[in-house]
Amino acid sequence: MTGLWAVLITTFLASAVEAIEMVTIVVGVGATRGWRSTLIGAASGFGVLAVVVAILGAALSVVPIGPLRLVIGALLLVFGLQWFRKGIMRVAARGLAGIGGQDPHETAEWTGPGMDWTAWFLSFKGVVLEGLEVAIIVVSFGAGANQLGAAVIGGVGAIIVVGGIGLALHQTVRRIPRSLLQLIVGVLLTTFGTFWALEGLGVAWPGADASIPGLLVLYGATALFYISLERNRALGLRPAA
Amino acid sequence: MPPPFSWIVAVVRFLYDFIVGDDWTVAAAVGIGLILTAVLNVNHILAWWLIPVIVVLMLGVSLRRASNRLR
Repeated sequence: MTGLWAVLITTFLASAVEAIEMVTIVVGVGATRGWRSTLIGAASGFGVLAVVVAILGAALSVVPIGPLRLVIGALLLVFGLQWFRKGIMRVAARGLAGIGGQDPHETAEWTGPGMDWTAWFLSFKGVVLEGLEVAIIVVSFGAGANQLGAAVIGGVGAIIVVGGIGLALHQTVRRIPRSLLQLIVGVLLTTFGTFWALEGLGVAWPGADASIPGLLVLYGATALFYISLERNRALGLRPAA
Repeated sequence: MPPPFSWIVAVVRFLYDFIVGDDWTVAAAVGIGLILTAVLNVNHILAWWLIPVIVVLMLGVSLRRASNRLR
């Protein structure tokens, strides 16, 4: 039987990897679209997860994550590309103006009446997908080691710690102009969408989860290249060869 | 249009605008790319590079089209 601390530490670290992805999406969407609908979406996601975990219990480890990852990854990829493209165009047009203040041309948050369903949906999806992965890690590892209690504490602890860090830093995220934030979130959604969609198809990434930073670098460099190209185009200059 | 059908149309329209947006060719390229990736993967051919390449190329195409529209 695996020791209690080994189960606790392993599930904490494994869950933290997934929780970082979850919090990145929730904090990014919250800072861009506003917190109320985003947090309600996250809470709805946790509610769905609680129901799913309660119903399925140990059987959760056999839920086919592949098709789920394919569908959600493809949706995130297509949606993320929209924000990616709009972010490039806006940053190319307005630069980094607005750091430390609000962009005078647009409101940073959803100001319409009622619920912002876009924020709710993105936050809900992020929490459900990553939360399912945390639940699968906790249930399978905990059941395998006969330490389900310790595994649950490790998984929940990781979400609380990573979530706390994300919320503590959200004021910093809010100071970034919306156009730049939209670009950053677009890059993140496109990165995770690419990764999950292909994992859902059964494609093996070189280095497994370690390929996520590689995708971020590729898409980040792509954003910088196209921003410079768009600026040159706007100035009527020929882009550098 | 009676309410149940108008609601369905509204939901479908919302989902289309939300997910696909104003450039359907990007979504189509991603869909075709995923199908090609699946075919390559089934035939044991290295396939992870295809979608990142499509993303980079289609971003350029879509940006150029959007820039031309604004002129």
